[in-house]
Amino acid sequence: MTKKNKAKELFVLFLAFFKTGFFTVGGGYAMIPIIQRVIVEEKKWLNETEMIDCLAVCQALPGAVAVNAATFIGNKRNGIAGAAVATAGMLMPSILCITAVVLLLGALGENTYISGAFTAIKASACGLIAVTVFGMAKKVLKNPFHWTVALLVFVAIGIFEIMAVIPIILGGTAGIIYTAVKRKRAEAGDHQ
Amino acid sequence: MKFLHLIMVFFFIGAFSFGGGIAMLPLIFQMVQEYHMLSPEKFSDLIAVSQAVPGAVAPNAATYTGLEYAGIPGGILAAFSIALPSFIIVLLVMKFMGRYRESRIVQGLFEGMRPTVIGLISAAVIFIAGTSIYRLAPFSVDLIPLGIFIITLILSGKFKINPIIIIVVMGTAGAFLCG
Repeated sequence: MTKKNKAKELFVLFLAFFKTGFFTVGGGYAMIPIIQRVIVEEKKWLNETEMIDCLAVCQALPGAVAVNAATFIGNKRNGIAGAAVATAGMLMPSILCITAVVLLLGALGENTYISGAFTAIKASACGLIAVTVFGMAKKVLKNPFHWTVALLVFVAIGIFEIMAVIPIILGGTAGIIYTAVKRKRAEAGDHQ
Repeated sequence: MKFLHLIMVFFFIGAFSFGGGIAMLPLIFQMVQEYHMLSPEKFSDLIAVSQAVPGAVAPNAATYTGLEYAGIPGGILAAFSIALPSFIIVLLVMKFMGRYRESRIVQGLFEGMRPTVIGLISAAVIFIAGTSIYRLAPFSVDLIPLGIFIITLILSGKFKINPIIIIVVMGTAGAFLCG
């Protein structure tokens, strides 16, 4: 690859994550529909399963999920340079918007237009995330084991509000045991 | 000295806070208070501002703190410092994963982690709805946000409209309808 092409590719990577970061309002999960649209559907840098794997890894590691996802996808596309550029792209909207808000407005204060917009964006994000997770579920949940894990996690998080990293570790462990048992049974079946 | 403080504090937060976004805020609060980086009144703005402004919540909170504590360079420095630990960790984990991708353990791990992610994201919908559409104790539903939720489901699910367009339109409508 020529130097010019490489620079252009990195710039495209930066812009994609800048766009994703800019339209992530109200926390990391709001990023998921945007990243799904921009990175999976438009750019086709990951397929749907790779996207879910990326989210699983990023959730299990320390740090903001959205930023981790940028590092992950950037590294997958263009190595360490790609990771650096994508991460910077994801951080830039935070830096620009916070600086602008603080310098221009002092603080958001009790502005009813802003809080109204924010409530609407969060309600809308619920719909966007629901549609995205429905599409992912159709892809991922293929047998009773998958359904059981997903439901248990949903109940555990939704009702007991435990930290996300715990179900990821437990779910991963359950997956290792499940595949090991399944393999054993298949082997035992072969011998009969 | 202030810059060094910022780098150390936010590097620490980035390395030891799990769960992302809103789950990171308690540790951010603790550290910011311990090092007296924000005055009490700025401190209460921290949550509101970091959630209401575009961008991931943790870097938003970092930028806000850094900016108030040490000016514009402080904001930039804090944002990059909070991202640095996970940057290194993600690269290391990907290297490891690449090497052991075919192993039974890693494949089993993802077999369990994929449905876990589905459960996590579904729960997040309920959680975000609880801060915008409905309220517990006493239970009530706000009709306008509920309408926005349902219209979004139709626009995104049925008509595949770009989520960015939906967010811009709904945010604008909400400024006048939900205020």
